[in-house]
Amino acid sequence: MVLGIISYGVYIPRYRIRVGEIARVWGDGDDISENLNVFEKSVPDLDEDAITIAVEAARNALARADVDPARIGAIYAGSESHPYAVKPTGTIVGQAIGSSTSFTAADFEFACKAGTAAIQACLGLVGSHLIDIGLAIGSDVSQGAPGDMLEYTAAAGGAAYLIGSDNLAAEIESFYSFTTDTPDFWRREGMPYPEHGGRFTGEPAYFKHVTSAARGLMERLGTKPEDYDYAVFHQPNGKFPIRVARKLGFTREQIAPGLVVPMIGNTYSGSCLIGLAATLDVARPGERIFVTSFGSGAGSDAFSIRVTDRIDDIRAGAPSVREYIKDAEYLDYAMYAKHKGKLRI
Amino acid sequence: MRSVSIIGVGCTKFGERWDVSLRDMVSEAGVMAIEDAEITGEDIDALFVGNMSAGRFVEQEHIGALIADFAGLSRLHLPSTRVEAACASGGLALRQAVLAVASGYNDIVIAAGVEKMTDVSSGSAADALAAAADREWECFFGATFPALYAMMAKLHMRRFGTTHDQMAEVAVKNHHHACLNPIAQYHTEITVEDVDRSPVVADPLHVLDCSPISDGAAVVVLAPTEIAKRFCDTPIRIVGSAQASDTLALHDRRDLTTLDATVHAARKAYAQARITPDQVDVAEVHDCFTIAEILAIEDLGFVEKGEGGKAAEEGLTALGGRLPINTSGGLKACGHPVGATGIKQAYEIALQLRGEAGRRQVEDAEIGLAHNVGGSGGTALVHIFSR
Amino acid sequence: MTTHAPRFWRSIPQRYNLKGTHCKRCDEYYFPPRNLCPNCRRGADLEEHTFKGTGTVITCTTIYSATEDFERMTPYHLAIIQLDEGPKVTGQIVSCPDGVKMGMRVRPVFRILGKEGERGIIYYGTKFAPMPKDEEKGPTKDSADCSGIL
Repeated sequence: MVLGIISYGVYIPRYRIRVGEIARVWGDGDDISENLNVFEKSVPDLDEDAITIAVEAARNALARADVDPARIGAIYAGSESHPYAVKPTGTIVGQAIGSSTSFTAADFEFACKAGTAAIQACLGLVGSHLIDIGLAIGSDVSQGAPGDMLEYTAAAGGAAYLIGSDNLAAEIESFYSFTTDTPDFWRREGMPYPEHGGRFTGEPAYFKHVTSAARGLMERLGTKPEDYDYAVFHQPNGKFPIRVARKLGFTREQIAPGLVVPMIGNTYSGSCLIGLAATLDVARPGERIFVTSFGSGAGSDAFSIRVTDRIDDIRAGAPSVREYIKDAEYLDYAMYAKHKGKLRI
Repeated sequence: MRSVSIIGVGCTKFGERWDVSLRDMVSEAGVMAIEDAEITGEDIDALFVGNMSAGRFVEQEHIGALIADFAGLSRLHLPSTRVEAACASGGLALRQAVLAVASGYNDIVIAAGVEKMTDVSSGSAADALAAAADREWECFFGATFPALYAMMAKLHMRRFGTTHDQMAEVAVKNHHHACLNPIAQYHTEITVEDVDRSPVVADPLHVLDCSPISDGAAVVVLAPTEIAKRFCDTPIRIVGSAQASDTLALHDRRDLTTLDATVHAARKAYAQARITPDQVDVAEVHDCFTIAEILAIEDLGFVEKGEGGKAAEEGLTALGGRLPINTSGGLKACGHPVGATGIKQAYEIALQLRGEAGRRQVEDAEIGLAHNVGGSGGTALVHIFSR
Repeated sequence: MTTHAPRFWRSIPQRYNLKGTHCKRCDEYYFPPRNLCPNCRRGADLEEHTFKGTGTVITCTTIYSATEDFERMTPYHLAIIQLDEGPKVTGQIVSCPDGVKMGMRVRPVFRILGKEGERGIIYYGTKFAPMPKDEEKGPTKDSADCSGIL
C-alpha cells in the first residue's frame, strides 16, 4: 500500500515586521539580519491565532484537491501555541472545515516538529486501514520575549496535509525519527514566553538530531543526497538549514525552493511543512524531496517523498506559498507589539 | 375610544447628574408633573415607566415597583408597569398610558421615563446601548450604535449627495436650541468646524454628531380630555399615537436609508390626527445621531427623501425656519437618557403648545409631533399633539 | 467568571460555516437561519443552506470608539455585506489596508470574533476580506441587484 499526500494547504498572515525594525528597538546592530539570514517575519493579525491559521490552511488543502471533508477520519493539530491549554484545536478545525463527526482528534505539541509528528500518526492510521484520510496540521503564532533573540525569528503561519492512500500528489516512501531527551528550549505551563539554552540549541540539539534522522533515513532507504531533487530542513533561522544541508551533502540549489525563513521567519510547527509546501508548489512529477523536521526537547522526523503526476492537477487549486509571501504589509514595532498582545493593559 | 390629554408635565435637568440616583430623578420629575397637574396621589390610577436598561446601568430591574415606591405611592398599591423598547422606551410608556386612558380602563395615568447612565464607564454604557441592536448578528461582530448609523449615513451620502457638513448643521442647530432650554445638558454653541474637528467615532460620524450619555427623568400626566379642564387650563390633546416595528438588525431592512418603522408609525398617526405633515408646527424627532434627524424629517414626510441634509443646511428646521425641529436641543444637545427621551419629547411639545417654551417658543404653535426610535429602527413611535 | 459557552456553541454552524436557510417556496435565502419565512410564514418550505460567503459591500464604516469587548481592536472596519445568494449580513472586514469601499467584493475568512477575557472561551467565526483581484467580478444576476442598492 502506497501512502502519501493527497493535498496540502498553507496559510501565512499578511503582516510582516522587518528584523532591522526589531533590532532598532533593542539597539542591536544592523548586521543581525545577515547573521540570522532572516530579513522579515510574519506577524498575525489581532484576531489570528494557531487555530485560525490551522483552519485557513486546512481549508486550502481541501480546496486544492477538492476533497470531501467527510472522508477525514483523524485530525491531528500540532502547535506550541495552542490557544487553549485544555480544549482541543482539532475539534474547532474539524467543525470549521465541515468534517463529519466520526473522526478522532488530538492536539500535538513537540516544539517545532508537532506537525510532522501529526503526519506520522496519520500515516499509521491510514496505513493500517483504520481511517480513509488523516488531516495533519502544523501551525503556530510563536512567541519570543521582547528583547530575546527569539523575537527576531518567532513568526506565524501553518500548513495542513491530507494524508491518504489514493489520488496521491506525493508518495511518502518512508520516514525515520531520531529522539532524545535534550532540554534546549522549553516553555513551562502558564508562562507566556519560552526559554532556551542559547548556543546549546545548536550542535547538541538541532544539528545532532537533524543529521541523525536524515542519515538514519538515507541509510534505511539506501539513498544519497544526490538522489533527491529537493531538500527541506527545519528553519529556526536562515543559517542552520544551510549549514545542516552542507553537512549532510545537500546543495544550496536543493534547499532553495523550500527555504522560506528569510522572508517569513520561523513559523515553528509550520516551518518545515511550509518549506515542503513551497517545494511542492514547484516540483515536477517524479521528483523526490527529502524533508527533516526538528523539534526542541528534542527530536527530528525525516521523510523521503516522491511527487506524482497528480501534482500538476491540484497545484493551482489553492494559493501557493509564494503568493502568501508576496502579499505583505509591514508593521513598525509599536503596531507589532499591539498585534502580538505584548501591550498588557 | 376616549380622547386623551396631557394635564401635567415635569422634567429633570438632563446631564451628568453625579449627585442623584435613578430613584431620586423619578421622584423629582414626578413631583413636578403632579404639582403641574394639581392632582394628588389618590387621583392616580396607574403608572407606566419607560426604561431601557437599568439592569445594565445600575443593576436594578423591577423599575415599575421602584418608581411607585419612591414617588411615595406604595401605600396606594397602584399598578405600575415598566416598558422597554430600547431608546423608544419613553415613547412606548406614553403610548401605553394613552391606551389605558383611551380605553376607559383608567382615568389619571402617569407616563414616566428614566435612565441613569453615568454610573458605568462609557465603554459599558456603549455596550448596554448596543444591546438594542441584534446582539448575536451585529454586536457580536463589533457593531456599535454609532457604527450602524454611520453605515446609514455613508449610503445616504452616496445616494443623495448628503455631506458631512450638512449633518454637522444638525448638531450646530440643536446645540443652539439647547442653549435656550434650561434643562438641556449642553449650553454651548458649536460650529460646523467644531463638529469636523471632534474625534471620529465611526466614520463619517464624529463625537459631535452623536448624542451624549446622560442622566434624566421626565413625567407627563394624562387624563381623559373630557375632564382635563378640571385639572389644567391648557390641556394638550394627544390626537395621534402610533407605533410600528421592523427587523431588529439593520442589515435585514428593505432600505438602509429609510426607517420603515417611522414611515408606518407616521402614516398611522397622521391618519388618526387627520392631518398632513405640512400642518405640523413643531416637532421633536429622534436625533440620536445627526444623520438620524436627517432620516427622520424625510421619513416623517416633512421633506422629500434625500432632501434632509439640504433642509438642515438651509435652516428650514431651525427656530424661525419653516418647521422648527428639536427646539429642546434634541437628543443631541438636550441629552439622551434613553428611557426618558420619549417623555421629554412630549414634555417639550406640551410646553410649546401651551406657549410656555420661553426663549425657544415657536410662535402660535398649534400642532406638535414627537418621534421616538428604538435601536436602529426596530421600533418607532409617533405621537401628534394639539392645543 | 460567567461564560456564554452554551450560547456560542449553539451558533457554531452559523459562525464557522455560514449555515442559513432557504425557502423553497419563495426561493428566498436567510442568514442567520430562520424558523419562519417572513414571506411565506407557516406555508414556508425551509431547507438548510450553506452560504458561499462571497458578497459585495453595501455600506461600511471604520470604528474608532468601540464597546469594551472591542476596545483593543480599534480602528476596525465594519460593513453590511450582501451575500451572493441575496441576504445581507453585518461583518468585519480584515486585511484591508487601503480601506473598505462600497461595492468591494469580499470573501469569508476564519478569525477570532471575541474572547471572554483571559480565562473564558474564545469565539471563532467568519469575517470578510477583500477578494483577490482576479476573482473580483460578482455573479451576474446578483451584482445587478447590488448596483440597485448602491
